[in-house]
Amino acid sequence: MTDRKIPVTEDELHAYVDSELPAERRGDVEAWLAAHPEDAARVRSWRTMAEALHARYGSVADETVPRRLEIERLVRMPRKWVYGAIAATLAAFVFGGGIGWMARGAAAAPSAFQSFTADALDAHRLYVVEVRHPVEVPGSERAHLQQWLTKRCGWEVRAPELAAAGLKLVGGRLLPGPTGPASFLMYESASGERFTIYSAKSETAATQMLYAAQGKEEALFWADNGVAYVVSGGADRGRLTQIGQAIYDQMEKTGG
Amino acid sequence: MTAFRQSVEAMIPALRRYARALARDADIADDLVQDTLVRALRSERLFLGGDVRSWLYTILTNLNKNRRRSLARRPQFMPLLDNNPDASGTEAEGRDIARALSTLVEEQRAVLLLVMLEGLSYREVADIQGVPIGTVMSRLARARAHVKAEIEGERATLRRVK
Repeated sequence: MTDRKIPVTEDELHAYVDSELPAERRGDVEAWLAAHPEDAARVRSWRTMAEALHARYGSVADETVPRRLEIERLVRMPRKWVYGAIAATLAAFVFGGGIGWMARGAAAAPSAFQSFTADALDAHRLYVVEVRHPVEVPGSERAHLQQWLTKRCGWEVRAPELAAAGLKLVGGRLLPGPTGPASFLMYESASGERFTIYSAKSETAATQMLYAAQGKEEALFWADNGVAYVVSGGADRGRLTQIGQAIYDQMEKTGG
Repeated sequence: MTAFRQSVEAMIPALRRYARALARDADIADDLVQDTLVRALRSERLFLGGDVRSWLYTILTNLNKNRRRSLARRPQFMPLLDNNPDASGTEAEGRDIARALSTLVEEQRAVLLLVMLEGLSYREVADIQGVPIGTVMSRLARARAHVKAEIEGERATLRRVK
C-alpha cells in the first residue's frame, strides 16, 4: 500500500487529539494511524494521559466551593478602589522577580531594611498559613500579650487597634530577631487575609516608610524611636500602605 | 449581582481544578484562586469586555508563575516513598500523573493542563502565555513526551523492583 498523501506530522497528531485539526485532514490522519502502529500507540497514550488527568483532578470542580472563595465575601473586602485597580493591572501584566526596593525619595535603603524585611517576611510566610497554632498568645489576652512582649523585648510593645481597617488581632509570639528578641503580631480580616507586624530593636533610630515586594508578599518597613517595624501581607500596596499608616499613627500617639 | 461577577463566579470550579493540578496542593491552589478572584473583581471597571474565562486563566497562570519564582531559590522536595502496593489502579494512576506533572517545567505544565484538563484551544493558550501558537504546540509536545516517559519509567522501575 503506497501512501500518496502528504505525510502526517507530529504537530498534526497532537492537533488531531486536541480537536484542532481541520476537518478535511482528519480522514488522512486516521488512515495514517491505521498504517503506523507506533504513532497510533502514541496517540492512545496521550488519550490515556488525558483520562488520568480528568480522573485525578476532574472531581475538584464538583467540590463545594469553600466560603473564602465566595464572590460576595470577596467583594465586601474593604479595599481602596483606585490603588487596588492600579495594583491589580500591574500584577496581571508585570512580573517582578526578587525583592524590588522602592525607597521614597533619593534615600538609599539602609541594610537594616533588608535584614529586617527578609526576617519578617520569612516569619510571615511561616505563620500565616498556620490554622491551629498561628500564635503563642491569642488576641483575647491582649493585655497579657503586650505585657509579656514588652518585658521580653525591652520596649513598650503595643498591639494596635486596626478594626477601622477591618482587622482583628489574632495574637502574637516572641521570635529571635536580627538584634535580639522580636515581637510578632498577627491580624486577620473577616475574609481570612492575614497581616503581620514584626518589630525589633534597631540601630537606625528613624526612617521613612519603605516598601518591598517578594512574590505574593509585600512589606512595609520603617523605624521609629529605635524600633524597626515590618508590616507584611499578601495584599496590594494601597491596602498595605493604609494599614501601615494606621499602625504608624497609633505608635506615634502612644510614643512606643 | 452584575453579569461580570456572575461570569467570574461561574468559573470558580474550573479555576480550582486548574489550580489544584498546577500547584498540586489544595491550600496553595485555593490561595491562588482567591488571589485571582480578588484581582479580577477589583479590576471589574478595567475589564472592557472580552473573554472572562481566558482572562481569569491568565491571571491565575501569572500568579502561579510569580509564586514559583519566589520559591525558585529554595530546594524542591519530592515525595521519597509514597508507593502503596495496595492502591487501586485508578489511585495509582492518579499518583503517577501527579508525580509526572511535578517534574515538568512551569510553562509546559501550564500548557498541558490548559489544553488537556481545561479544554482550551491552542489560540487561547497562546494568548494566555503571550507566545505564538507554534511555541504552545512545541511546549505541549515536549510536555506529553516527558509525562509519558516519566510514567513509563516509573512503571518499569516498579516492575524491576518486584
